[in-house]
Amino acid sequence: MTASAPTVTIRAGFIPLLDAAILILAKTQGFAEEEGIDLVLVREHSWANIRDRVALGHFDVAHMLAPMPIAASLGLTPLGGAVITPMCMGLGGNAITVSNAVWHGMTLAGADNSGDPMLMATALRQVVEARKAAGLPRLTFAVVHPYSSHNYELRYWLAAVGIDPRHDIALTVVPPPYMSDALAGGHIDGYCVGEPWNSASVVAGVGHIATTTTAIWRSSPEKVLGMRLDWAERNPEAASALLRAMHRASVWADSPKNAEAIVDLLSSTTYLDVAPSTLMAGLTGRIALGAGQPQLVPEFRYFSRRAATFPWISHGLWFFSQMVRWGQAELTPQTLEIARKSVRPDIYRRALGPLGVALPNASAKVEGTLTMETPVATASGRLFLGPDGFFDGRVFDPDLIEDYVASFEIKGPGPLEG
Amino acid sequence: MGGDSDLRILVIDDNRIRASVIEEGLREAGFTNITVLTETRPTVRAIVDADPDVVFIDLENPNRDVLEHMFVVSRAIARPIAMFVDRSDREMIEAAIDAGVSAYIVDGLKKDRVKPILETAISRFNAFARMREELHKTRRALEERKVIDRAKGILMRRRGIAESEAHALLRRTAMNENRRIAEVAQSVVTAEDLLSGGKP
Repeated sequence: MTASAPTVTIRAGFIPLLDAAILILAKTQGFAEEEGIDLVLVREHSWANIRDRVALGHFDVAHMLAPMPIAASLGLTPLGGAVITPMCMGLGGNAITVSNAVWHGMTLAGADNSGDPMLMATALRQVVEARKAAGLPRLTFAVVHPYSSHNYELRYWLAAVGIDPRHDIALTVVPPPYMSDALAGGHIDGYCVGEPWNSASVVAGVGHIATTTTAIWRSSPEKVLGMRLDWAERNPEAASALLRAMHRASVWADSPKNAEAIVDLLSSTTYLDVAPSTLMAGLTGRIALGAGQPQLVPEFRYFSRRAATFPWISHGLWFFSQMVRWGQAELTPQTLEIARKSVRPDIYRRALGPLGVALPNASAKVEGTLTMETPVATASGRLFLGPDGFFDGRVFDPDLIEDYVASFEIKGPGPLEG
Repeated sequence: MGGDSDLRILVIDDNRIRASVIEEGLREAGFTNITVLTETRPTVRAIVDADPDVVFIDLENPNRDVLEHMFVVSRAIARPIAMFVDRSDREMIEAAIDAGVSAYIVDGLKKDRVKPILETAISRFNAFARMREELHKTRRALEERKVIDRAKGILMRRRGIAESEAHALLRRTAMNENRRIAEVAQSVVTAEDLLSGGKP
């Protein structure tokens, strides 16, 4: 590829997390430059900053929590402005960590190091019930943001075994780098967050990883590239070029031989400022769940394989279904249409089709029907999708959202707290 | 006319110096009912105690996400609090974000009561940013001076020349190579360290 002077500047906001990798690598490994993009990365401190600075046009695109573009498009954000998801930034990478005291209680109730989400949730339920019977205060769990995969995945996990996340526990928000300290200080009893902030608690000896969110919903999406709709419409070429650069970065990031370079880059003070070994765990999926040897957590993270960057409409709609489930959004034909249109596989296809990337023929799937790695129909090339089941055996048909939401016994907005 | 002293203002900023710069500015403008939180972990209790009409939080603070969540879910925070007064005041919103501050305002508060507070906070945030930039520049200048002095010392010793000659030599080289004196001086220091087997 001939390098020429960048022709377009794209301003991108990001939060220093491992799952921002493909955006960061698009810049540092020169993939953006090869596409004629001067990619300006701006490190941000909160999701609220990302949200506002995208709305104000300071950023053209940003590393976002997957439900954020949906919330923005639905008008649930303070400054408004539609945001779309033309690309996913990877699958997996999150886990649920509990304090040593909670873990001790869970082990007495049968929990082990299998990471099995049903076994762990059932054990946690016994701890929650025992506390209730003893008149002890509720356990407090933290997530990173109300519109986050972490929030919905944690709630889903708890509610599936009858722990009502609105009443049986308290839910709060803590920024990822503060999770471990909050756990150590007894301000929270558990949390759901991306790596390395689970391993950070294990390394510090203050917590135990109970399960991973890819065990709760296999091959589940994590962060996405959020793009201002008006910018995407005015700059289709630049948008495609950025997706191509990030695609190349994702392939590069999935190659095991580059793991060390990624860890060197992202563990530095410029980004995550953590010990390289702590970051390596979440990158390779060889994770110590508690004191003891690391173990391979299967299918923990994908940057590229298994169509990891494809923006499935069914992924977006699952998040929307959970927003409806917990009373954050209303389900009407209009809101459903807005949520559906905020996910843009058409832009992804337009950008990556010409590269000969194997793209699935479908843009949505019934989540929970693939039980093993499965080859799928594509226009060109071979493509395998990972299993996509939910741990409780439920199936999400994106055409039947109303029935799906109605099928949950535990649902609805929580009472005001505190 | 003095400030709107009835309004309760909460400033959340873990940079203590900046927080006091903001507080002082607001007091000078006549706002007297000010609470400042500089803890890293804001609590519902602290917000309830301050019972604010207007809340400022700096944009470098990751706890902004925590704060927003508290505003939404807490019964104890009695009155609904939203970002800014309305979406239409884009200029003010831009100015605040550019200055590095975000504002939350209790529901129903009139725009003309909020505006002077916002303006004061924004101008103080900007003043602080300038101060920080000045400090940064001063620090850099000091560091550069040290490097230049070391380079001069090296040249004086190695070439047996006077300080004024060493200085002239650095300046001439910088001009010829279209670099800054500090950069040339740094090269000299680095070369000396490498050649003498000192620190890299």
